[in-house]
Amino acid sequence: MGKIIIDPITRIEGHLKIEAVVDGGEVKEARSTGTLFRGMELILRGRDPRDAQRITQRICGVCPAIHGTAAALNLDSAFGIADKIPDNGRIIRNLILGSNFLQSHILHFYHLAALDYVDVTAVAGYEGSDPALNSVKRFIERGELSPFVPRYEGDYRLSPEANRQAVAHYVQALDMRRKAHEMLAIFGGKMPHDVGIVAGGVTEVPTIDKIAAYLWRLNEIRDFIDTVYIPDVLAVAAAYRDHFEVGRGCGNYLAYGVFDLDGREADLTKRQRFLPGGTISAADLRPNDLDATKIREEVRHSWYADSSDGRHPSQGETSPQPGKDGAYSWLKSPRYDGGVYEVGPLARMVLAYARGDGKVRALVDGALAQLGAPVEALFSALGRVAARALEAKLVADALADWVLQLKPGEPVYVDYELPDEAEGMGLADGPRGALGHWISIKDGRIANYQCVVPTTWNASPRDNRGRPGPVEQALQGVKVRDEANPFELVRIVRSFDPCLACAVHLVTPKGRSLGEFRVF
Amino acid sequence: MANAQEHPLIWFQGASCSGCSVSVLNSVSPKIQNVLVDEVLPGQHVNLRFHQTVMAGSGEMTLKVLEDAERRLAGAYFLVMEGAVPTAEGGVYGTLGERGDKELTIADQVEELGRKAAAVIALGTCAAFGGIPAAAPNPTGCMSVKDFFAWRKVEVPVINIPGCPPHPDWFVGTVAGLLLAGLPKPDDLDALLRPKAFYSSMIHEHCPRRAYFDEGKFAKKLSDPGCLLELGCKGPVTHADCSLRLWNGGTNWCIGAGSPCHGCVEPGFPDVLAPLYEKLDEATLASVGASGRKGR
Repeated sequence: MGKIIIDPITRIEGHLKIEAVVDGGEVKEARSTGTLFRGMELILRGRDPRDAQRITQRICGVCPAIHGTAAALNLDSAFGIADKIPDNGRIIRNLILGSNFLQSHILHFYHLAALDYVDVTAVAGYEGSDPALNSVKRFIERGELSPFVPRYEGDYRLSPEANRQAVAHYVQALDMRRKAHEMLAIFGGKMPHDVGIVAGGVTEVPTIDKIAAYLWRLNEIRDFIDTVYIPDVLAVAAAYRDHFEVGRGCGNYLAYGVFDLDGREADLTKRQRFLPGGTISAADLRPNDLDATKIREEVRHSWYADSSDGRHPSQGETSPQPGKDGAYSWLKSPRYDGGVYEVGPLARMVLAYARGDGKVRALVDGALAQLGAPVEALFSALGRVAARALEAKLVADALADWVLQLKPGEPVYVDYELPDEAEGMGLADGPRGALGHWISIKDGRIANYQCVVPTTWNASPRDNRGRPGPVEQALQGVKVRDEANPFELVRIVRSFDPCLACAVHLVTPKGRSLGEFRVF
Repeated sequence: MANAQEHPLIWFQGASCSGCSVSVLNSVSPKIQNVLVDEVLPGQHVNLRFHQTVMAGSGEMTLKVLEDAERRLAGAYFLVMEGAVPTAEGGVYGTLGERGDKELTIADQVEELGRKAAAVIALGTCAAFGGIPAAAPNPTGCMSVKDFFAWRKVEVPVINIPGCPPHPDWFVGTVAGLLLAGLPKPDDLDALLRPKAFYSSMIHEHCPRRAYFDEGKFAKKLSDPGCLLELGCKGPVTHADCSLRLWNGGTNWCIGAGSPCHGCVEPGFPDVLAPLYEKLDEATLASVGASGRKGR
């Protein structure tokens, strides 16, 4: 028995450690631990409820737009205006959030995940006239190769030509993700941490020039997704086909849904959304409606007081108990109806596929046919990567329709009275999965604010019945060819696109050995 | 090509959201690939040796990069610190990697990296002033880089580039200045160690809605025209060139999108300037506005 410890896992958002017990080259048990705690929920207490909309965005600089969205939905419901947001406001919220979906998915594939599959040094042999590749070639000739080395060695499978093309696209993708943020800023003011989405709608009034500026940045990105991003994902998938067979995980999927198509339904779980919510299992592919009352957070293996165990997030509390017997993580274990669920683009695509969405069916079936892979291949490390790319196309195409639905001159915002006492709930899916915000207001101030974030679902520790979280399950049974270069493990972990900054309000110092835990 | 001067740069993240990194990726001219791959100035190459969100390697090999920099490049590398430094309970609220069987705290690593750096850029409001993680009740004892170094007696030049996030131009411009002219002269920085080139003007002075203020026309609800003072605008106490420079490739900025300025570049963000959507009270206006230096 040996142990592989990867600390830090880089090219994800935030601070994460993975520990895998390996026997005979196979992972017997895996644990994931976040290593930073900021206490955002504690910081939110006692503040003006409206400030939650700004402060929760600072949970994560990669996906602030979904925190802004969930917080606004949360405040809308607490302020009693969930069914009163003007259509312009609803659409602009979708345009802001959708821009960041594109930014985040492109960034994930090219700048976070690709270096596990693509060999940058292949550019040294480039003989051509592409300025980006010649620029990288000169970089290599200077001899200082960081940040591209050091790295794991021994499993880069693309041809030199395919590698070079991927590197050129890595550089081009930097421009594309930047332009996605420019789209966002047109309606959100700036990015990261937009100021446009607020309780009641948005602050920005649409005009024809803004619509055109948004549309044509979007069209450039749509071309990129169709002609570069999706083909690159399929090319990587073809070269690493065995990664369709690893990293399956728990096989249960959950989404709240995202991109409101209807602003008159106050109940978010009933609201019509472009990407639908629900739960589904890989075993039968039968979609179920979501019942938000079935969410519980378990803490038996988390460093939180047992008094907070098994609570619904609306009643949640953050009461740290470092060194608690039997605990090994600062993530709680969110469970739905007692089950372990994965969240993210794969969950959303599988739900939309099973619900019979024609466009999703055509995209998914087309990709699988091109690869000669069965539907089951989706439930894997590469399946997550592919689902993300196809979702980027779906969202980008929809944004092009929505931006033209804006009506210049019509309202974007509805005013409201701040309540002295109220409860709220905001549910929506971000690039990395289902995000829930819950607020309790007393005396006009935040009495309690709880967030259950995508990475907490995915990277959660074992629950009260001892069942590992989705990332931990995805690592179990994986064969590691070379323990000094555990490509398989980091590829699986990164396929979830973890965001530890999002989980940090729950995550704190790890303690590999509780006996040595030196907190108090 | 081979004779370009290499400027090693270590980018370290503490109690942060990574938003500063993402913002710097949005640099337009030069683009981020120009900064990192090309010679950003002729004969000068920025050599990004460590950045958790960008670098290829994982695990122990990345920690060796840090040790190697401290040993081999002492006095030659720039340290960019993103995020505040968690110091409560011996720093256990933030760790990165382990040495032997012992976890390394971010605090101890920042101290070691800071001692050997040629200069430190405290990037973003968290690193510069504590920011959101240091907001009350500051559960993890977060400190700004400057305060942390004073406490640990680390003597190294610090340049603060606040903003939540900072504008990419502020960062790239500061780095270009270091490459071209070396460390900033005392007169180049304000009393809060911010480059005057970017932080000397007040939002309110150059606000396109200033005429509304002068005429006493105030917006009563968000999305309305008018000066945003009554809706909580912190422009009168905020020092940055956002209104002139604009954000995200010149597309927009906060007040341009109809939002009040939240004062995110100031030491008072978020506590002194909260509630963010309430009008600044006269006392705060006076104390912050008079000196522009209200500290925490």
